[in-house]
Amino acid sequence: MPVSFSKARDWIQAFAEAVAENKDYLTELDSAIGDADHGINMNRGMKAARAKIDAVTDPDVGALFKTVGMALVSTVGGASGPLYGTLFLRMGAATAGKPELSADDWAAALAAGLAGVRTLGKAELKDKTMVDALTPAVEALEAALGEGAALPDALRRSAEAAENGMKATTPLVARKGRASYLGERSAGHQDPGATSSWLLVRTAAETLGEQGGQ
Amino acid sequence: MKKLINNTDDVVSEALQGFAAAHKDLVRVVTDPNYIVRADAPVRGKVALVSGGGSGHEPMHGGFVGMGMLDAACPGEVFTSPTPDQMLAATKAVDGGAGVLHIVKNYTGDIMNFEMAADLAGAENIDVAAVVIDDDVAVQDSLYTAGRRGVGATVLAEKICGAAAEQRRPLAEVADLCRRVNANARSMGMALTPCTVPAAGKPTFELGPTEMEIGIGIHGEPGRERKTVAPASEVVEMLATPVADDLPFSAGDRVLAFVNSMGGTPLIELYIVYNELGRFLSARGIEISRNLIGPYITSLEMQGCSITLLKLDDEMTALWDAPVNTPGLRWCV
Repeated sequence: MPVSFSKARDWIQAFAEAVAENKDYLTELDSAIGDADHGINMNRGMKAARAKIDAVTDPDVGALFKTVGMALVSTVGGASGPLYGTLFLRMGAATAGKPELSADDWAAALAAGLAGVRTLGKAELKDKTMVDALTPAVEALEAALGEGAALPDALRRSAEAAENGMKATTPLVARKGRASYLGERSAGHQDPGATSSWLLVRTAAETLGEQGGQ
Repeated sequence: MKKLINNTDDVVSEALQGFAAAHKDLVRVVTDPNYIVRADAPVRGKVALVSGGGSGHEPMHGGFVGMGMLDAACPGEVFTSPTPDQMLAATKAVDGGAGVLHIVKNYTGDIMNFEMAADLAGAENIDVAAVVIDDDVAVQDSLYTAGRRGVGATVLAEKICGAAAEQRRPLAEVADLCRRVNANARSMGMALTPCTVPAAGKPTFELGPTEMEIGIGIHGEPGRERKTVAPASEVVEMLATPVADDLPFSAGDRVLAFVNSMGGTPLIELYIVYNELGRFLSARGIEISRNLIGPYITSLEMQGCSITLLKLDDEMTALWDAPVNTPGLRWCV
């Protein structure tokens, strides 16, 4: 069953709600190894994105994602703005003009988003960044679909992989971003960017994988 | 949290309104997206200088917009990089046909946002060059970190390159000069107290009543070590030694010595620091030929200071002495 435009919009809403619910948690994680604003900034960005997507009336998933990306780029600031903005802009470019997405379309879009994040942020796996949650999410999704799993199942496995990747950032020493200035002192803390990325993949599993819809 | 504010959400916008009202002879403040341009922008045929960064470091950068320094500054939220739409709008507003130089401090967010803005400006056929400032020697392991942070040298680069742009030098030359200033400058800072970002409501880090952080960043990034508070003479030794050893500065060099307040340290203490720095440098045979003392690149209300040394040559000295007329720096006008 494909991902309809309205389901894609439900996902954006669900991600925005998850960011709002976890605003203080993300900021708290960021205060340990960063500058204590990740939840505040992401919430400002997703609120702006929510306000903008109502204007996307064409059933064009690419336009929807692009709108979210532009809203994030222009409201979040910091490093998260360009990184999450690029993620959605690349997902938008990969799905331009599509009224609905097949399971493979979704996997390709998420992979394109991740590639954009890696290019801009120049982060590798285990640098203690959002890449550590997104990379296993994309790999698990592709593996599951390759084995012939249905989309809901593939999404669930993708979310599990993201969660494991997020948790695995805790012992790592940060090599990118502001946390890297802490050196060894950054170990022992879960990465806030990997955590918001897990929310993104988890809400995708919850909304895009659910039965029914249009 | 005790602060002279109305509402944490309005700190940047209300400060910008006050800034606009106070300096309307020198600058224009544009909102949505936010940027500050010199009142006579764009200046035809002159390379335009654009900088920007999180707010909370005033007078940097907005206070350095005006004749002889920046053409535009983009203020972000407090301690948060501004966004590419601000930088693009500012770049377009100041482009006088000779190209635009982006002066970017080396922070992950600033780098990415300016990079996106330069791409967007390039797509609109504006010639943009970017120079990254990374003078903070407190960051030792730059291979496995985001690299040395941009601090005090930013102010000096903006002044010197601003003067070069006023002489109608071409973009490539102004950009080279900016890289040269960065290559010849080194800085290190320290904190006696942390500071509080209004939206966060609590200090960005903890520092005990008898502790100080040596090598602090301007957003409260951790430094090299935490020590017991010591006399100014010893603190200057701790800051100036890694700075002077890093370039290295050697006997016979002439330098610009920049003693900067993090925001909460008064001038009387800065002069004590400057006095000790003079002693330290003369023992090494280094001559201070220019100086800058005061709060120029601050970290909200943080108490502490930073020391920046710039190895001068005749050209940089002449450009430093050239007229400047901005809200934050003004001479010979």
